[in-house]
Amino acid sequence: MKIKINGEEREIAPGLSIGTLLEQLQIRPGRVVVERNRDIVARNAYGGTMLVEGDILEIVHFVGGG
Amino acid sequence: MEDFLKIADISYRSRLIVGTGKYKDFAETKRAIEVSGAEIVTVAVRRVNITDPNKENLLDYLNPKKYTILPNTAGCFNAEDAIRTCRLAREAGVGKTVKLEVIGDDKTLFPDIPATLEAAKILVKEGFIVLPYINDDPITAKKLEDIGCAAVMPLAAPIGSGLGIRNPYNIRIILEHANVPVIVDAGVGTASDAAIAMEMGCHGVLMNTAIASAKDPILMAEAMRLGVEAGRKAYLAGRIPKKLYATASSPLDGILN
Repeated sequence: MKIKINGEEREIAPGLSIGTLLEQLQIRPGRVVVERNRDIVARNAYGGTMLVEGDILEIVHFVGGG
Repeated sequence: MEDFLKIADISYRSRLIVGTGKYKDFAETKRAIEVSGAEIVTVAVRRVNITDPNKENLLDYLNPKKYTILPNTAGCFNAEDAIRTCRLAREAGVGKTVKLEVIGDDKTLFPDIPATLEAAKILVKEGFIVLPYINDDPITAKKLEDIGCAAVMPLAAPIGSGLGIRNPYNIRIILEHANVPVIVDAGVGTASDAAIAMEMGCHGVLMNTAIASAKDPILMAEAMRLGVEAGRKAYLAGRIPKKLYATASSPLDGILN
């Protein structure tokens, strides 16, 4: 199924949780914040949040800035 | 003498707040911040590069237990985006203090004040400690203080311009009326600019480019620390009034004749 991650369309396996997706993308969950369809997903809900077709995810972190 | 910068409920020894952008690498960022003595550091919120996510993270170099991490809303051109960014930043678990900047124009990076006021109202209501970047405008400063912002941060000059304080008179008026810390944010070019801000009675100075883009960022970080400290001490010491004519420093009694 198709979802959008950080503006890019991606094909992922159905039934994937946010936690598993982060694992597959090799992203450390402790260093990022995830927004799903404009709602922030709490870190302790990553494992239990199942992705569905058409989801729009934003995965952000801190970078250098002034 | 104990002298602290107090923002919301936290007291800081350092009055220099530094950014983390534009450094060569994270190691240099870390070193410059250490040398600057800053206890508050700004960061930006951006998308993770999902095709190459295994890169090091800024927070691997900045211990949030040691520093107050101050996420900014740089790059936001409206209140909604700024609020969204602040909410995301809070979820990262580094506290609820944010540097609110709603940019009005790409070329000057001057703030959009109506949007800044709008965002500040909502963020304060949501429990954020809001430090807004503003013009050197006393009326805006007062309005943001009334909304409940924990400090006001007027620019010295455009972001990254290094022009120093362009309107010291306005900054002075802001200082006279403010009941929250006044932190000069943006436009500082060198240590004397920082010292001047502090001599005027500003409570702190925030900078990024002046250090990160200096030829030797580590040395400039030290210069800025000293500039801020010198300016603060001179302010507390109370400078002499300016006079048109000389006043002899040596006694006139006992001069040979």
